[in-house]
Amino acid sequence: MARSDVQLMLDVKAGDEQSFALLLQRYRTPLVNFLYRMVRAREEAEDLAQEVFLRVYRARKDYVPSAKFTTWLFRIATNLALNSVRDNRYQRMEVSLDAPVTVDAEDGDERPLDVAEKNPNIEQHLIEEARKKMIRHAIDKLPEKQRAAVLLHKYQELDYGDIAKILECSESALKSLLFRAYETLRVELAPLVAGQK
Amino acid sequence: MNCARMESRIIPYVDGRLKENERLEMEKHLAACGACQLRVNQFRAVSGFLDDLPEIEPSAAFDVRVRARVAAEPARQSWWASFAPSPRFALAASLLLMATVWVGSRPYETPTITAADEAQIDQNMPLLENYDVLSDFGALTELPPPVQPEDQGTGGQDQKQDQDQKQNQNQTM
Repeated sequence: MARSDVQLMLDVKAGDEQSFALLLQRYRTPLVNFLYRMVRAREEAEDLAQEVFLRVYRARKDYVPSAKFTTWLFRIATNLALNSVRDNRYQRMEVSLDAPVTVDAEDGDERPLDVAEKNPNIEQHLIEEARKKMIRHAIDKLPEKQRAAVLLHKYQELDYGDIAKILECSESALKSLLFRAYETLRVELAPLVAGQK
Repeated sequence: MNCARMESRIIPYVDGRLKENERLEMEKHLAACGACQLRVNQFRAVSGFLDDLPEIEPSAAFDVRVRARVAAEPARQSWWASFAPSPRFALAASLLLMATVWVGSRPYETPTITAADEAQIDQNMPLLENYDVLSDFGALTELPPPVQPEDQGTGGQDQKQDQDQKQNQNQTM
């Protein structure tokens, strides 16, 4: 039977390094994805995720299982991501109009658009890529706290109470935050929404 | 229920996380409100779009970097290790101990009293015995200050100067 996150963390506290490796294995992918969707840069997302794991490791001596491990983990991640987004807000360079047209691969590697790609369904592929790009841009345009709320709600399957604790707000404030975020997404993705009818 | 109350319930409704009575109340409102029903449908569509974004995999170097950073962390100290003094503290304590031993090992020099000293003490003993009484003798403090002779000190000179001044004044008148 798999040990719970809290049990693993208590074992790490007791000096069991293997338990930390298990926590790393369990949360590396969701954490990197959450951070990647927050900061939109793969390398930065991985750096931040490393920092999250390092902070968890450093805090092992004082760990008390007063809350869910995931709540604690994503609270650290969210704070780091929000700080990073705020720090970079005025440093990000605008995409140059001279830059080559690219298709954002979801794996984070942007590659030049190869029109002569040997794909029999290239038109369908391009439409699908454009659709994903529109969705990503709609998420990127959300204010950072709304973005964090949507990502935690949609991809981490946390309940409202946990997300509220992570974002340090009340449950009703969280629901209001999510409502406003979905309203913005509804407007931004109106062409896609209309296409579904 | 009015449309304003939808704001806090629409997301839980789309998620299927409303309580039974809240869900029934919501559906009653939706059946009568086309705008709210449209919003619910569009929120569901948005939620579906978010599902379409695939996940990324952390790079192969990710785990290696985390483990390297964890390994670089200082090792955990045992509770006994917390009593171990720092090098500076150990040096200071050693110096203090050495100084204490050195001072303690020095021979204690007792003062020697000669026969002449004892004779002098015996001679002064009556004066020493009365010293406390004399130094605290209140009647001495009530005595008037001693009067100095006129031909001594500066007082006599002042009087002579006064007499000279009077003589000078009489001559000018």
